[in-house]
Amino acid sequence: MTDTRYDRAPGDSSGFTELHEGTWSGVIVYTIGLVLAVILTAASFWVANTSLLWAPGIPLGLAVLAIAQMGIHLVFFLHITTGPDNTNNVLALAFGVLIVTVVVVGSVWIMFDLNDNMMPPELMNLHMQH
Amino acid sequence: MNIALAIDEVHREALPRASEAGPASKRIVVAYGFWIFLLSDIVMFAALFAAYAILVRATAGGPTGAQLFNQVNVAIETACLLASSYTCGLMSLAVNARRLATTYFFAVVTFALGAAFLALELREFADMIARGATPQRSAFLSAFFTLVGCHGLHVSAGLLWLLVMMAQVAIKGFRAAVQRRLLCFALFWHALDIIWVWLFTVVYLMGVHP
Amino acid sequence: MNLLGKLSWNAIPLDQPIVMAATSMMIAGVVLVLSWVTVKGHWPYLWREWITSVDHKRIGVMYIVLALLMLLRGFTDAIMMRSQQAVAAGGAHGYLPPEHFDQIFSAHGTIMIFFMAMPFVIGLMNFVVPLQLGVRDMAFPTLNSVALWLTASGILLTNISLAVGEFAKTGWVAYPPLSEVQFSPGVGVDYYLWALQISGIGTLLTGINFVTTILKTRAPGMGYMRMPVFCWTALASNLLMVAAFPVLTATFAMLLLDRYLGFHFFSIDGQGNPMMYVNLFWVWGHPEVYILILPAFGIFSEVISTFSGKPLFGYRSMVAATMAICVLSFLVWLHHFFTMGASADVNGFFGVMTMVIAVPTGVKIFNWLFTMYGGRVRLTVPVLWSLGFMVTFVIGGMTGVLMAVPPADFQLHNSLFLVAHFHNVIIGGVVFGVLAGYTYWFPKAFGFTLDERWGRASFWCWLIGFYIAFMPLYALGLMGMTRRMQHYDNLAWQPWLLLAAVGAVVILAGIACLIVQLIVSIRDRAQRPAGGDPWNGRTLEWSTASPPPAWNFAVLPRVSERDTYWNGRKRERTAQDPPAREYKPIEMPKNSATGFITAFFAVVTGFALIWHIWWMVGLGLFGAFVTLIAFAFRDREDIEISAEQIARFDRAHQLEVPI
Repeated sequence: MTDTRYDRAPGDSSGFTELHEGTWSGVIVYTIGLVLAVILTAASFWVANTSLLWAPGIPLGLAVLAIAQMGIHLVFFLHITTGPDNTNNVLALAFGVLIVTVVVVGSVWIMFDLNDNMMPPELMNLHMQH
Repeated sequence: MNIALAIDEVHREALPRASEAGPASKRIVVAYGFWIFLLSDIVMFAALFAAYAILVRATAGGPTGAQLFNQVNVAIETACLLASSYTCGLMSLAVNARRLATTYFFAVVTFALGAAFLALELREFADMIARGATPQRSAFLSAFFTLVGCHGLHVSAGLLWLLVMMAQVAIKGFRAAVQRRLLCFALFWHALDIIWVWLFTVVYLMGVHP
Repeated sequence: MNLLGKLSWNAIPLDQPIVMAATSMMIAGVVLVLSWVTVKGHWPYLWREWITSVDHKRIGVMYIVLALLMLLRGFTDAIMMRSQQAVAAGGAHGYLPPEHFDQIFSAHGTIMIFFMAMPFVIGLMNFVVPLQLGVRDMAFPTLNSVALWLTASGILLTNISLAVGEFAKTGWVAYPPLSEVQFSPGVGVDYYLWALQISGIGTLLTGINFVTTILKTRAPGMGYMRMPVFCWTALASNLLMVAAFPVLTATFAMLLLDRYLGFHFFSIDGQGNPMMYVNLFWVWGHPEVYILILPAFGIFSEVISTFSGKPLFGYRSMVAATMAICVLSFLVWLHHFFTMGASADVNGFFGVMTMVIAVPTGVKIFNWLFTMYGGRVRLTVPVLWSLGFMVTFVIGGMTGVLMAVPPADFQLHNSLFLVAHFHNVIIGGVVFGVLAGYTYWFPKAFGFTLDERWGRASFWCWLIGFYIAFMPLYALGLMGMTRRMQHYDNLAWQPWLLLAAVGAVVILAGIACLIVQLIVSIRDRAQRPAGGDPWNGRTLEWSTASPPPAWNFAVLPRVSERDTYWNGRKRERTAQDPPAREYKPIEMPKNSATGFITAFFAVVTGFALIWHIWWMVGLGLFGAFVTLIAFAFRDREDIEISAEQIARFDRAHQLEVPI
């Protein structure tokens, strides 16, 4: 059986087997996570619906808030840390993020580029009319 | 299951590195496997997100997101799902501490909040369809219903899973296998909330912006 | 409300004699095998030892059996296409009407990639990886069985389409708008989509299983840089499975929604975008070919180092190259559709990335060459396949780099040049690789070696046949012939196509040699026992008996270096007394029918979805759900194997090296 110094299941906090942390410290962790997530969510709705941010910057602002909230979930709810006992979990997550980024950014880049280079509908109708 | 049986005799000092420590415990193996599954699920959502981003302007003369989306409804849905993620975390603490009544209590609350989320979402879909904004109306609506609907399907599957797990706790107690499965459920439920963060940001919040 | 949806007796293609002949042969074959098993009373044995087995070794063998059977089916399609194209020039129209020819080339691609290459590669990895890692089974044995049987479900559905209904006529990639319901109203595309969605779930489960096994369960002492290279390539390949297949699942789901519920993802009306399908399909499609080739690279690494009697040259650079290919394979996919109309910036980026990905492959080739240099190379059959691979794959790779230049690709896209290129790398790379692996590990799986002479004959037929069949296709592509042509008017093409048909016949001889080799080897198996280590191997699988016991290793090996078995034996020869062994009881996972029964319900559900039999869909899904619940609520997960049984086996075989 591996020493849990070396390795930890994703979703387990470091106190799981060894220290048998009191449940209350666990509750505090989840509660902090909830509070922060609520703040970020409220901020997102606020940014989207008011003129707090300069309008063209709103999508970027929302994306930043979403990334931050994802981080809160990962740290406080999923107990992801950068410790050596979490390396495999973080690497898998990083690989996933890489693939997601490539797929979304790549597809959007390609498809928008294709759309730019396609014949506009008005000309297509003319072409088909003769 | 005893891939790891023979390692008991190995002295810890003889294994300086984590990668040489031999097979991991079953809890770690199962949870990691599920983590990899979640990775694959997230890639599937990425493909659906990409399709949505590409088709978001393809309204074919029909209604746009700005015309259809109700921010208040989305805010309530978000609150429900986030709260259910919180109560799921508390349920995990109860499971680890092997407290039966607490586990059931938070399971019920998690289920109720998840069901509320689904009910609100189903009502939103029904309203849209009643107004003629069906997925067959335009590519944008096809993409919207599929992306958000896929998430809703995952939530439904999660609720069904939670019910089965409560039955398992009742019949088998807090056996190791049951605890492992509840750990996987928690991973699933938190991941669904992370996906929802991206959903409400990209679809609803960015969507109401022209 | 029709109780059987769209299904009626008309679904059986009685008006197509060729299809009926093929169907009859297929049914006759199946009935023959099932009858033989019944008459001989083998069902209890089969059920207990194979169908419900969760042993990675058994599952690996079953995957390869499926692959070999599908090789025959896919190759039949190939012979039909070659013969049709050899005669259908000018006034002659051949014997295959276009509607049939279109199904043949679609089935050929689908079967060869999804149901021949994938199962073969996965089967070899299944058998070998846990043994090489020094552990007793995969991380999730029952999930492994589910994955196998879901693949079989996909195979069954595809083959049912021959007898009931039709297959897709869209090519194996099924681009819309042709694959939309407006232009493909029949069940063909639905058979394609559901068969692949179902087997796709199996592949995803396999990916999860291998990634977890390789990263989380290895023998003590086996750090990452002490793993055999085959395990590294298996890791990279399975990471790609986990990362790429979900995209295919999503893409097919979108097409299914278009077809079944009138959505507008890829349709022209509703402002859908068919080009988006092409993009998303190839986001999966390119990593898929690397899923296939990486394990083949791993096999060559094992074979070449073993038969050169030297450690693999440049282990670290091999590992780095493998992981580099893994990541880069996700950055090149647009080269499959340079001509779809993206701007020069986009085409240029992906063209450059496509050339970049050739670099780590080149590193591997050099490492193999340097491994052989200075070694005493034994020219066994696996080595012949490896040498054939090195020449053939390099040629195929070069034509790929040629097409990576977008302006060149504008001339060659969808011509026979492209067809020649990808067969060049897939046959030269994947097929040669799996046949090398098959020959190399067969003795470990079954306890006797394969006949060398027939193996050599098969290799030479495959090698010569490949060149005769596909080099003309390069010429034809440059002459302007496009792919998938049922008939053509340019008589200048015909001599080349005749030559290609001859090549196909030579490959057929190669396949026949493989069949004869198997029969002869089984017949003579008593005269050719393998022992634990027939090849003077280097890695841990050779330290077990042939075939290994269910538990693989009586005592998990302690690993302290690479090529553990080889170095362990060297120490053994100098050691005075091998340490006495202490045997303990071992818990192994229990057999389970979950995989088989789940797959049964998957076939029911898939068939029902294809034919719009909605009540049957509900039944199938419910059945699968009940099976899952039954598995979740089972009480016993393991069986215990006694220490005496282990000791008895060990003493009887006396082959394991106490490392």
